Amino acid sequence: MLNININGIDVKVEQGSTILEAANKIGVKIPTLCHIPEIQKIGACRMCLVDIEGNPKLQASCTTPVVDGMKIRTNTKKVRDTRKFVLELILSDHPTTCLTCERNTRCELQSMAAELGIDIVPYRGATSSRGKDNETLQLNYDGSKCIYCKRCETMCNEVQTVGAIFSQKRGFNSEVGTPFNVPFKDSVCTGCGQCVLNCPVSALKDNENIDEVWEAIQNPEIITVVQVAPSVRVTLGEEFGLKPGSIVTGKIFAAMRRIGFDHIFDTDFAADLTIMEEGHEFIHRVKNGGTLPMITSCSPGWVNFIETFFPDLLPNLSTCKSPQQMQGAMVKTYFAEKMGLDPKKICSISVMPCTAKKGEAKRPEMGRDGYSDVDIAITTREFAKMIRQAEVEFLNLPDEGPDDPIGISTGAGLIFGASGGVMEAALRTALEVIEGHEIENIDYEAVRGLKLDGVKEATVSTKIDGNDVDVKVAVASGLGNARKLMEKIQAGEADYHFIEIMACPGGCIGGGGQPIPTTTEIRKQRIEGIYKGDKDMPIRKSHLNPAIQVLYKEFLGEPNGHKAHEYLHTHYHHQKYYDNLK
Amino acid sequence: MTCCNVDVGEILKGYSKEKGNLMEVLHKVQDSSGENYICDECMTKIADHTGLPLNKLYGVTSFYTMFSNKKRGKYVIRMCESSPCHVLGAKNVIDSFSKELGIKVGETTQDGKFTLEYCACLGLCAVAPAVMINEDVHGNLKPEMVKDILAKYE
Repeated sequence: MLNININGIDVKVEQGSTILEAANKIGVKIPTLCHIPEIQKIGACRMCLVDIEGNPKLQASCTTPVVDGMKIRTNTKKVRDTRKFVLELILSDHPTTCLTCERNTRCELQSMAAELGIDIVPYRGATSSRGKDNETLQLNYDGSKCIYCKRCETMCNEVQTVGAIFSQKRGFNSEVGTPFNVPFKDSVCTGCGQCVLNCPVSALKDNENIDEVWEAIQNPEIITVVQVAPSVRVTLGEEFGLKPGSIVTGKIFAAMRRIGFDHIFDTDFAADLTIMEEGHEFIHRVKNGGTLPMITSCSPGWVNFIETFFPDLLPNLSTCKSPQQMQGAMVKTYFAEKMGLDPKKICSISVMPCTAKKGEAKRPEMGRDGYSDVDIAITTREFAKMIRQAEVEFLNLPDEGPDDPIGISTGAGLIFGASGGVMEAALRTALEVIEGHEIENIDYEAVRGLKLDGVKEATVSTKIDGNDVDVKVAVASGLGNARKLMEKIQAGEADYHFIEIMACPGGCIGGGGQPIPTTTEIRKQRIEGIYKGDKDMPIRKSHLNPAIQVLYKEFLGEPNGHKAHEYLHTHYHHQKYYDNLK
Repeated sequence: MTCCNVDVGEILKGYSKEKGNLMEVLHKVQDSSGENYICDECMTKIADHTGLPLNKLYGVTSFYTMFSNKKRGKYVIRMCESSPCHVLGAKNVIDSFSKELGIKVGETTQDGKFTLEYCACLGLCAVAPAVMINEDVHGNLKPEMVKDILAKYE
């Protein structure tokens, strides 16, 4: 341990810590724009400058390691004046259209300008001209707002290992963009949205579909049917000042009624349905020598990733649609039939933690007879915006429930929202189906939790057709971890039976469409919320969901049967990029 | 999109996948193109060979002013943009090139002979202001010298 002194306070810190980390430890705040804790320390923005005794120049605290005996001041006049000057220079090349900006009142740059007391931008000159992209389904890019913090670049390259964007050009013309400045949709971008989630300004933002939702609600000819994903109930509260992980399920349904949706459902139901299909698909593969390991297909960012980078492993991917698409398919078939509605008049809307869901909804194979399973997918952030636009006092709403007949759900459906949840829910059902009796301990702790660097593994013993079998499972979140796991499979070094992969670190609770900020700490709190919710659920196994049982009885027949395949399963293809360049 | 028809495979044969080889490979491909550029298809081939993602490769070619992903003239006139050249009148010199060739900075003459560009420091401060035309250095320039210099290039 090293002894240092920050602003007159003695601190003991571990060797290798940066000044910023040491300061945070004792609650001394140092402003940053480019820093992502544990992920990016590059000293690019220069906002975190501090005064070190004996050092003639101010140093970036995010990149400077502590040395024993170091005396640091973080709030002298020199430090404040310099930070202000640096910020004025950043602002000299940033539009001052805050009032009409997507991130107004939620912008890190704006907050910092307020904190540091910027009252005028004294430097006005040439402004850089950078790219724009309004053609991509998942996100929008407006380079004129970029402050070049490179957080998006690090998320895309280091964390997700997608490599859609990178720093280009030099000096004043520098920008972060795709090769040859093609729209994101023509690059290898998976639409995961981790760049959006980490953008301090609104250079990268949702490709908003709110107006289309309002139009559908307003149109008396159209029946709006909405669904909300598992993870949204532990994150949406943050948009209204609640602590991360606060469970607001009841308020979400109440808000949806007040906004004016005609029928309100819960994607948790479809998550249970996914488990029925995926669980039985897994059992079928194990018993019949199908392709193993079987890999989950719920996360559309992940599906894009494997279709782009590992097409040879597509046979390993479960053919199950994601819960969003299953819910949409059931809304436009089972529900429409039951209610006597014309599926073509239904507008199926989903509230998702995810930017990639926007792309998934538009996949041509996701629908039938000329209509889509899901018509509009909006993010948690967009839904919060709709609640504000409707002047609904979210925090004062009563707790309400979803509508029948496809509203009932279980704890198994809920835990889809966190990394490891799909695996755990699948095990809860698959093992009972295989063994044919109730299993009491259904808490698979080994697959839970946030593992940013690596893979969670577990082995579960069961009996298949009288033989003892050790089922080996693996869970990875974040596409960088997924890549490592896929390379292991390609090299023949992985003997897993079943793998769960989520594109975003921590799973959907850390999805690209979630409230900003989404930090490691916030991810952990949201995960806690998910498992607390699971514990409180009366039913915690998908196959025991009575609405699911009725659905199979009345409509689908057998899990993995003919009708189920027609509506709930899909196929994949090799996505080739930059082909237009060849 | 048409390829510049450089046999990238043949060029790459001489190089291992080491990172340090990249600049040399890029130079060779560009020099072989006949139009002083690296076409998009060659970019994807180089990316495939080196294992370097295309986004990073494009980051390299767009960073260094000596590389271009757009067709350029037979001769590329690169006017040094750094401070010593600027102070000693680079602006007047490049204006003179511009006037003489009838093109703006960043453009290529219609006959495909000359491209006019600014570039990062050439390290020729002792003879500032300076330009390089392909591999030739021209220093201590004055606007009135431009016409004679251009006449040397066939």
